[in-house]
Formats: sequence, C-alpha cells, structure tokens
Amino acid sequence: MTNIFKGHPGIGDEVTGEALVASDNFSARYDLDRIKGIFSRPQHKLCGQSYDGKILILNAAKGGVATAWMLQEMVSRGVAPKALILNFANPIMAQGAAFANLPMIDRFEVDITENVPNGANVKVIPETGELRIL
Amino acid sequence: MQLNDYEQEMLAGEHGQAKQYGMQQVLRVGTFFDAPDTVEIAQVHLMADPESLGVSGVEFLEGLATTPEADRTVVVPAVTDPRGVDLNAYKKLGQTDGMADLEIRATAAFRSLGFMMTDTCINYQTICPPVLGEHVAFGDTGSTIYANSVQGARTNFEGGPSALAAALTGRAPRYGYHLDQFRRGSCLFDVDFRPKDLSDWGALGAYVGREMASYWEVPVITGIEDTPTSDEMKQFGAALASFGSTPLFHMIGITPEAHDFKAVLDGAIPKSVKIAKNDLDTLIKSYMPSDDKLDVVVFAGPQLSLMEMQTLAEHLRGRKISNDVALIATTSPEIKYACDRMGLTEAIETAGGMVLSGVCFYQMYAREIGEANGWKRLMSNSAKLVNILGGYGYEPMLASMEACVESAIQGRITGDAK
Repeated sequence: MTNIFKGHPGIGDEVTGEALVASDNFSARYDLDRIKGIFSRPQHKLCGQSYDGKILILNAAKGGVATAWMLQEMVSRGVAPKALILNFANPIMAQGAAFANLPMIDRFEVDITENVPNGANVKVIPETGELRIL
Repeated sequence: MQLNDYEQEMLAGEHGQAKQYGMQQVLRVGTFFDAPDTVEIAQVHLMADPESLGVSGVEFLEGLATTPEADRTVVVPAVTDPRGVDLNAYKKLGQTDGMADLEIRATAAFRSLGFMMTDTCINYQTICPPVLGEHVAFGDTGSTIYANSVQGARTNFEGGPSALAAALTGRAPRYGYHLDQFRRGSCLFDVDFRPKDLSDWGALGAYVGREMASYWEVPVITGIEDTPTSDEMKQFGAALASFGSTPLFHMIGITPEAHDFKAVLDGAIPKSVKIAKNDLDTLIKSYMPSDDKLDVVVFAGPQLSLMEMQTLAEHLRGRKISNDVALIATTSPEIKYACDRMGLTEAIETAGGMVLSGVCFYQMYAREIGEANGWKRLMSNSAKLVNILGGYGYEPMLASMEACVESAIQGRITGDAK
C-alpha cells in the first residue's frame, strides 16, 4: 500500500495528527457548529463528529465566502482542525488557510478521500505538497 | 509569482503594515494557485460579518486601523457586504449587546480603512455595476457570480482577507476567472421550460449547482428563450454559487460572453444534461416537511431589490400576518430609504412584517437568533438561504413569495407550498 501521496504545494507548516476522512465536501459556515467543534449539517457524512485537532480530509471546498474569515476565528479559539486536506480547494479555502496559517494541501494525484483510512495517523508537509500515512 | 518593484516594496513593508499584509495575502494565495503575477482591480466588495470575523478578526482589523492613515487607506473604491447586526432591530431579534458591540467595532475599523459601508450583497444592482472585461475583487458568492456571468466582469471569489488585501494594494493574484482559459464552458445543461417565479429560478440554480464537482467547472445553460430579469438572474446565480461553489455560468444567447455555443465551448458540443420542470419540483419537495408547522418566513439571501420589495408590499398590503409567525425581509440601506419614501416599508410593517436594513439573515448570527426566538421551521423563496440554514439548526423549505406570504398569514404552511 502506498503511504505517500503527492498534491500541489500547499499552505502552512508541517503537522502530524489523526485523519478524519469522508467523501463529502466542506464549508465552515454551511457544515459546522463552530462553537461545539462538530459537523452540524444533517446531510453531511460527518454530522455529529468532532473535527477539533483532526487532520480533516474531504473532497472539495463548497459553499460561500465566510470560511475565509472563519478558519482564523476557529484557530484563535483553539477549536479547529489541525490541517485541511482536499481533493479540490477553492480560493476561499486557500485565502482562509493563508490568513490563519492553517496547513492545507489539495490537487492530489489520486482521490485522497479514498486512499487514507479514517483514523490513520498522518503527516502533512505543505511545502512539498505531501501527505504521509505513518 | 512575479512582483514588480512597487509590489516588492509593499511586501517589504516600505509602504506600511496594512499594504504589507495585503501583498503577503496576495502572494500566498497567488502562489497556491500558480498565478504568474497580479492584476490591477477597479473596485472591491468585501464580506466581513461579525459572526465570521469573530473577536480575533475584529482585533486584526482594529490593528490595521491604528496604522498611519496614508498607509492604511484603501486605494480603489471599496464597499461592504451586509453586516450582521441592524442596530435599530437587534434587541427585538434576540441578538445580544455583545454582538452589537462587535458590529460597531468592525464598522469603525472599516471606516477608518476607507471602506464605504454600503452593507449590501446586491451592489451589482444598486451601487456600481461592473462592466464587460473589468477586473474586480468581489467577495460574496452571489455578487461574484452575477458580476462574472451577467455583467462579464472578471473576479474570483475574494473572501474577506483577500478582498481586504485587494482594497489595500489595488491588486489580486492573476489566476482563475481573471484568465480567458478558465472562463470556457465545461458542461452543458438544457432547460426545456421557463422557470415561473424567483424560487423556481433558485431551484434551477440549485439543481445545476449540485452537479458541479468543484470551483473550476463552468456550466453552460441553453434552452432559456425569454431573457430573464435581473432578479431572476440574481436568484439563479446565488443558488448556483451556493450549491456549487461556482463563480461563473454562461447562458446561451443571453449572457454577454455567450453569443452562441462556439463562443464559450471548445471542440464538439458536449452531451447536455436535460432539466425538466419535474426535476425542480422534486428538488423543492425534498425540503418539504411532513406537517404544516411554521415559525418564520424570511426573504433574504440575496437582499431584496426595490422590485422585490414592491412585490412583497403588494402581497401584504391590507393583510395581517399571524401572531404565531415572524416575517422578515432584508434589503440594502439604499433600497430601504427608497422603500420608506415610497410607502413600501409601511405596507410590510403594518401587516406585521419586519424590514431589516444592511443585513442578511444568514449573516446575522442565524443560529443564535433561531434559538432566542424558538424558530426552527423556516420558509423562504431563496434556494441559497434554504441551502445554508440547514447547518444552522433550521428546518428550511423553499416556496414562492406568494406561498410564503400566504403561509405567514395563515400561520401554517399552506397554498402552493403544500
């Protein structure tokens, strides 16, 4: 099994943590209860689950523009994912990650949501765009 | 990413802390998306409601606002998206003094940076519509998709931190929808009917939006024969951008870059996805609850134009909304003044409705005001609003303005909505 996945060089610093994985999309405003630190959108596959301190691995950035501010707000309160890993980010997610200095990588050579097991311990290396299963 | 001498100076902090922040943000995002350089932009539309900003975001703005005036002042016309608190109505809505305080602090900081507090998401209808080919930095999904698609301007989604950077530097990274190659159509939808009212246009946008895999897809719509109105395009685009995170569509024979298929599609015309009226009915019914309980009716997301406010006022004139249901309409300060002058506000408020100015429902602590007022079951004619509010603890449903008003008067979901 491949343990190293290559994406586009990303944003932020190297980080290690537990992966929370789903094939769903992601928006901070649409999908989260940011006070409780859980997914709150009933239709989301991770509804009810905590994202706090996790390496969040999802498909694509969706929804509106609020996420660009909200990532930094989440980081400032200490209730935030450790990193965002997406098949496809959008500008909002990149702008939010850049503003919050939250590690993020996207555009992998494979569907990253199908290649990292939920709960795996992973290392995120934004500078080279690598995700490693440890 | 190539920066010219002046941009290098801004990055080095030679023109102050605010411009240095701006260039850092431009460079980080531009590098992430392989932008070759920057593009000068003509105007900025910035989203920064206090719920999204939080205390840390407001403190960041206040920090910039204390730097020397010559360094911190925006260099292009810069206007704001709806705010989170209407200071004339927040107590009635169950918003707290803490929310109002954050709002006042954020507004003071933006004024100090030189922003014009237009507090509207329909700036493309009411403030300064961009023109074909103009590069701008718009920061609301609805304003972005309208500017790109209907007006032919060029912008990516510029979320708050990047719209602020664009206002301070006059630049955005040149990638995505600033470039010709990203504005080509990627998929085709064939609509064999004309949506009837604004909620149907929103449902059509929602249907197409759900089919979008990512930000980079550009749907091309064909089959619409009669030119839609500005408000119809507004609801269609806002829903498409909300469901699809997509900032551009083309409508053959209608939008300015789409004279014909060849103008927006490369190679052979792709097989189209057919959309029938029945598909929209199914989408709308998917939000239908099993009983007729109703707590609140909201007309917002996007804010209402003068024409929509007139239609709402005519539906409500001389009638009385049930005491068990709240009815809220949000619009821009400019349109609110016009409504006050023309008697539209009075017609809505006499019937028991609330007209809020400079805010939009989902941007005003929707979860907290829902809990404070016991609102769960919500009706709206905005597909965008219905899409967002599920995550905020509401049970939202989509219906025409007429059905929403009738239900508000009856105190239960009724009419066409059932």
